Amino acid sequence: MRGAITIIALLLAGIGVLWAGTDGLQVLTAEGARRLATEEKPKPLPAVLLRDQRGEVFRLQDYEGRNLLVEFIYTRCATLCTSLGETFEQVAGKLPDGTLGRDVNMISISFDPRDNRADLKEYGERYDARPDHWRIARVENPEELRQLLDVFGITVIPDQWGNFEHNAAVHFVNRQGYLDRIVDHDPASTTLEVLWKRL
Amino acid sequence: MEATMTLIRRMSLTCEHACFQAGLGIGLIIVLSLPVGRALLESSLINHMLVQIPLLALAGWMIGKSMFASLFLESNRNGIPGLLIALFVMLFWMLPRWLDAALSEPLWEAIKFITIPLLIGLPLGISWPRMSSFSRAVVWTNSISMLVILGWLYVAAPLRVCNNYLVNQQEDFGYMAMALAVVIAAYWVGIAFFGKWDKPESSDVIR
Repeated sequence: MRGAITIIALLLAGIGVLWAGTDGLQVLTAEGARRLATEEKPKPLPAVLLRDQRGEVFRLQDYEGRNLLVEFIYTRCATLCTSLGETFEQVAGKLPDGTLGRDVNMISISFDPRDNRADLKEYGERYDARPDHWRIARVENPEELRQLLDVFGITVIPDQWGNFEHNAAVHFVNRQGYLDRIVDHDPASTTLEVLWKRL
Repeated sequence: MEATMTLIRRMSLTCEHACFQAGLGIGLIIVLSLPVGRALLESSLINHMLVQIPLLALAGWMIGKSMFASLFLESNRNGIPGLLIALFVMLFWMLPRWLDAALSEPLWEAIKFITIPLLIGLPLGISWPRMSSFSRAVVWTNSISMLVILGWLYVAAPLRVCNNYLVNQQEDFGYMAMALAVVIAAYWVGIAFFGKWDKPESSDVIR
């Protein structure tokens, strides 16, 4: 009898630990945890300086009062980032006239120190990104870049072929300037659905 | 007098053996937690999951088996409660989220280095000798199917489960886990066909 009580108590404790460890079976990966935490507690963004494909300097805070979509890329990427670029291209194509560049803006931020202005420009042209609504930008100060990646929760690791692996997603920054939602970039319809409700 | 001396000698001998084994376990934990050991074993998913974590558990096992063999004799008589603790903590550390946390946050790394020897290895080291052949067989056979499913999941997963590791490492780990399952299965098939088999011990039947 006492043996059975011990076993039941241990089972309950173990299930409790696993329940807590997965936020009630919602989260198995660090990426999932990042997304849930963002939804539950939107984050303010650091005021870092970015420079876009035209060489213009701006901050994410310049977009307060509008919907901002942010992606993290590197221009040499041949896999994930091409589908990230395609997602933004599709979103841009499906939005009603007059919203792009006004109510909705998009920014692709490169985390690759090798990317220069010409690389950003070329990347933008590949997806027909017009700088008035879709900026391809980089953070010039390495310390500021680290800070920005940290707040967004982006882990970048170089592989042995000069490429990077990184968590890819579309990040929503609301009108108050808070990062409040992270969704899969593929399919683009997921991004559109979330965006639709915010227009 | 003579008998007492022999007894003392034997006790000090067993203590020496036990202390040696426990010392080995503690030494292993220290070596694994050195920056070199961590850098070496955490650089790839395979080393992290199939070398570092098992070695940490082994260290705990050696400490538990040698120093605490008579702990919880009453409440952990058949070894099942100890096994349960180890299994749940093992499951916890298999969640990619916490493996990632251990890599990016020093606090979780410290928790990993404490809980794996203390809550996986130690209870197993205490409980395994008390478990019946039947319970042991259940653990072995389940470990085979679990490793296959785990490995297959890692190979087939369309997403990157750990932010700190590359996708190809994830796949490598998957194949390695399946290979390990095959090795365990082959080992037991070998024993089943070519091993020496005694009649079941009467104590096993009664337990």
